[in-house]
Amino acid sequence: MTATLNPPKQKQLKAPKRRSNALGLGGSGGRDTWMLVLPALLPVVLFSVYPLVQGILLGFTDAKAGLGVETSFNGIDNYTKLMTNELFWNSFKIGMIWAFTVTILQFLASLGLALLLNLDLKFRWLARTLALVPWAMPPVIVAIMWRLMLNPTYGPVNGGLRALGLPGDTNWLGDFSTALPAVIVVGVWAGMSQTTITLLAGLQNVPAELHEAAAIDGAGTWHRFWHITLPALRPIAVAITTLDLIWNFNSFALVFVLTAGGPGGQTMLPMLFAYNEAFRYGNFGYAAAMGNVMVVVIAFFLFFYLRSQARSRLS
Amino acid sequence: MTNVALQSQPLAQGTKRAAPSAKKQRRVARTFQYGALLLYMIFLGFPLLFLILTAFKTPQELQSATPAFLPGQFNWENFAAALDKANLIQALGNSAIVAVSSTVIVTLISLPAAYALARFKTKLRGIATGWILLSQVFPFILIIIPLFMVLKQMGLINSLVGLILVYSVWSLPFALWMLQGYVASIPIELEEAGAIDGGGRLLVLRVIVLPLLAPGLVATSLFSFISSWNEFFFALVLIQDPALQTIPLALARFVGAEGQVQLGQLAAAALLATIPSLVFFAFLQRRLTSGLMSGAVKG
Repeated sequence: MTATLNPPKQKQLKAPKRRSNALGLGGSGGRDTWMLVLPALLPVVLFSVYPLVQGILLGFTDAKAGLGVETSFNGIDNYTKLMTNELFWNSFKIGMIWAFTVTILQFLASLGLALLLNLDLKFRWLARTLALVPWAMPPVIVAIMWRLMLNPTYGPVNGGLRALGLPGDTNWLGDFSTALPAVIVVGVWAGMSQTTITLLAGLQNVPAELHEAAAIDGAGTWHRFWHITLPALRPIAVAITTLDLIWNFNSFALVFVLTAGGPGGQTMLPMLFAYNEAFRYGNFGYAAAMGNVMVVVIAFFLFFYLRSQARSRLS
Repeated sequence: MTNVALQSQPLAQGTKRAAPSAKKQRRVARTFQYGALLLYMIFLGFPLLFLILTAFKTPQELQSATPAFLPGQFNWENFAAALDKANLIQALGNSAIVAVSSTVIVTLISLPAAYALARFKTKLRGIATGWILLSQVFPFILIIIPLFMVLKQMGLINSLVGLILVYSVWSLPFALWMLQGYVASIPIELEEAGAIDGGGRLLVLRVIVLPLLAPGLVATSLFSFISSWNEFFFALVLIQDPALQTIPLALARFVGAEGQVQLGQLAAAALLATIPSLVFFAFLQRRLTSGLMSGAVKG
């Protein structure tokens, strides 16, 4: 989906005890709270919580598209069918390769950029603005733009290769061997803004005194990076990497417009596969079962994230 | 490069103890840094530059065997032709209707809720936080199928109303979270002072809280507007009628016909659709980054 800001996390362990004042502020608010929250709560429950629960349940039925079709629970049938479906395994594998490769490359590229943007270089303002460009563009437009870039005859990628005297006739998005690497590069481009800004924020929180003290002690650049910057960056790096991993695993629009899963299923991410199952072939229950499998994978990612957060809070 | 020696060392801003022997080494490092920065700027900026240039090229220029990087002259024909051909004006209109309506709805229902979450100690806070995190991570395929079934029964498939409903609910959690942060940043003492001066609660809210909340409201509603403007997946599933498609949908269909359409027109249409997002970012760039940064500090 569209990348949004990651929600600002807020520890809200024990709010300081405050007696409610004349206006009732700081108290529990009682019935007032409910009255105020209800207009938001109602639509969320109706159009968000209920469908989500319904979606999970649907994964255990043989629901099909169309009205008047009988639906009944079929237990784990969908899952046994999924496990023996080679196409599903293929899309799952591609989803994993995509999510991990994009996330890792995104992290490394963003870390490099964040380190540079943290230096006092000329043109830093321009680079900072450019770093936000991918974020400012709708995913569908990003995909269209890169289709133009990767166009085999007209695209500047091949044009540049030809100018260098290299063979510039690859059909990047249409060739079996290059399609996945090509969409991975686009994925890295599309997600770099948020990762870079988050890491830059982390870098600016590394106390300068630590670096100064280490420099006086004769520690070199590399040494300071490894022993001061990286450890200080760790919590925020873990947070953004986990979120990137989940977002990338869930992504749809970008690759749908770039390749629609092709050629020959080489870029068929799980979301695309599930979308096709549901809305092209009408297998609602089966597609929902895929969604459930994805939820389990995401829960797995989240578990490691929460554990590492808890650990860094302890230390 | 006279100021090389004055510049700070990598990762240690403010370290100015430039030993003469390290000078040369530092110059090498600087060169390397500028080289890397240049590569990043090309990687990040070139695709957009190319999109802009393509939008101004004539079909002849685009089809030439050795395409020039710059258009011969800036012609606006692609923009006119794109708007003409692909029902783009209609799609832009649909997107505007959907984005404006859902923004108004989101703002109206999240405002009281945000106030309650920020000002009252309530269990709902924890639940809301959990839901906001969850809404960021669960796969949309799971929610769209039952939603599709519900909306179908309500007769809201292929309807902008259905889309408005979905977008409102979908951008609500994050808008709520942003807004309650803005409420919380208004000192509670101001409200207390207002109450002591004899204002009723509604008066206090209108005279004291709302004006202070204005920038927050602007940021939140711009955010909802842009998420609805850019959204693709829900629209793809819920809208089949070409007359009702939103701009991302129309553009995605446009791409499907890439063989037939002129690339210049495609680029022009894409640029037109990006304008609201770019305006949004120009407006909110500083706020977004600083918001992310303060979020990072707390995390």
